[in-house]
Amino acid sequence: MRRRAFLSGGAVLAIASALPLGVLANDIAAAKRIVVAGGDLTEIVFALGQGDRVVGVDQTSQFPPEVADLAQIGYVRRLSAEGVLSLAPDLVIAADDAGPDVVMEQLQAAGVPIARAPETKTAAEIANKIAFVGEVLGQKDQAAAEADAFSARLAEITEKTGTLPSQPRVLFVLSVRSGAPLVGGLDTAAHEMITLAGGENVAADINGYKPMGREAILAAAPDVVLMMEQHAARQGGIDAILARPEIALTPAGQAKRAVTMDGMLLLGFGPRTPEAIAQLARALHPDTAAAAGL
Amino acid sequence: MEAALSARSTRKWTAISGLAALAIALAIAELALGPVQIAPDRVLAALVGFGNDVENAIIWQIRLPRLVLGMAVGTALALSGAVLQGVLRNPLADPGIVGLTGGAALGAVSVIVLGGLVAGSLPLWLRPWLLPLAAFLGASLVLAFIFALSSRRGGTSVATLILAGVAVTAIAQAFIGALIYVSDDAQLRDLNLWLLGGLGSAGWPLVIVASALTVATLPILLQQARALDLFQLGERAAFHSGLDVERSKRRIGLAVALSVGAVTAAAGPIGFIGLVAPHLARLAFGPRHDVLLPTSILTGISLTLAADLAVRLAVPPAEPPIGLATNLIGGPFFLWLLLRKSGRRPHA
Repeated sequence: MRRRAFLSGGAVLAIASALPLGVLANDIAAAKRIVVAGGDLTEIVFALGQGDRVVGVDQTSQFPPEVADLAQIGYVRRLSAEGVLSLAPDLVIAADDAGPDVVMEQLQAAGVPIARAPETKTAAEIANKIAFVGEVLGQKDQAAAEADAFSARLAEITEKTGTLPSQPRVLFVLSVRSGAPLVGGLDTAAHEMITLAGGENVAADINGYKPMGREAILAAAPDVVLMMEQHAARQGGIDAILARPEIALTPAGQAKRAVTMDGMLLLGFGPRTPEAIAQLARALHPDTAAAAGL
Repeated sequence: MEAALSARSTRKWTAISGLAALAIALAIAELALGPVQIAPDRVLAALVGFGNDVENAIIWQIRLPRLVLGMAVGTALALSGAVLQGVLRNPLADPGIVGLTGGAALGAVSVIVLGGLVAGSLPLWLRPWLLPLAAFLGASLVLAFIFALSSRRGGTSVATLILAGVAVTAIAQAFIGALIYVSDDAQLRDLNLWLLGGLGSAGWPLVIVASALTVATLPILLQQARALDLFQLGERAAFHSGLDVERSKRRIGLAVALSVGAVTAAAGPIGFIGLVAPHLARLAFGPRHDVLLPTSILTGISLTLAADLAVRLAVPPAEPPIGLATNLIGGPFFLWLLLRKSGRRPHA
């Protein structure tokens, strides 16, 4: 089930072994009915101008807006082999955590080539992902240029955020469904984005997305609460979150400072990540961002 | 007397063959229908190996294992439910109430969350089996534990058995909660998906093992039909009618743990079928166990396959969890039967 853990660092190996024998790289590069499982990968395919070759996407693929018209294959960890096959794909581009494994094996047995993208842990690694998708699609040169441009944009923006004079204390709240709020600690996309945008993640003592006790939140004293737009709306709006007792008494609650951003933009690690960092930096540093050139 | 007996026997066989026809129709539909449209003659061609590669793969690698697992799940859950309801004389009994589902879930969740720690030291061929093995062990250990707990002075107390099952489930839930707390993002998603259950994420090897164990326990449980009828009189009366009550209970416990543990390991916890299929069968065909057990099996298979067809065909190419469909199909149907029965016999 969790073979991915056993194959750590073997992304390239996984791609090679995922291609059925007899399928040539050229056939794949010419694929015209592509299914993409992973919102970040979908964004990259469209950014490379190859969106018209995509016939189906997973639930996390929400950008660009035209993907709403494509067939929906469901949640990336719970794909249905026959559902994907019903789209008659000649290539599946899958996120590193797409699954379940049995479904991936069944797709291979049906002769569908699967390209597994490398895992992305930091914003800088997104460039590898762009190059990977470009290579799979037969757009190597364009993708290399796109990846370079991405790295340049990322470097430019993180250089500017590095000059910001202060580091507001930020708490990323994933959800508050029941009990203690689920917050983003170390080793999460939220942590990476907060840090790159010139903030300090107050939940960095926690590893991963975990519930954080009410008193711990009070003690952490965040200046700003960061949330995904969709999740905040589901909980009755960001004002309802700020009014919760454990948050109302923090500096963020007192000053009613909260930032909401689109989930895929903020945490998706797609090609829009540099712009997401800039947007977050402007929201975290309303007074000084302009001076830093953001 | 003889006429009455033969009338009953005729009715029994009509009922069983009618239900069997339904189950077979659903089994054919499970093979013939799916998000990918394959014409009936192409399905047949693929079945005998003469389809094209894609058709062969869809029939042999996707639809057939699903069908076989669906039949095993329906059989194991419904039969275990019927037998447990009989031996415990409790209409709410199902494999969940004696803690089997909780034990299996704890085993599976442990592997999802902690498996990475031990997997490195295991041989490669064993790793894919780690999760089903743990789920199976979890279920078996729980059953062994509650049987040991409720057996005193040569007798097994049914009340203790049920209460111990409830307590063990609560303990398992607590451990699962702790494991959820320490799991990372990816593990959290994996274990949530496993806990929803589904027929689509098991490959042939696991399907074959689960089905074989289910088939192996079939004769053991079906043989208990008369014993279960006697159990309805109360254990003491059953004992005085010459039934070895303890032996019956031990055999039933072992067979239920084997079959439910095996199918839960392969398909995750699929609720509702173990509870409702026997009730549906009982409402329709009466409480005699020689009829109830086979009709429960056929009802269980029909329910499981109908639910799987529904989730596969509802919103292709995506596939919602099967638990949604088992509840949505079984729940209203059960209520309708219940109301119809009580309407017919207002003083019952």
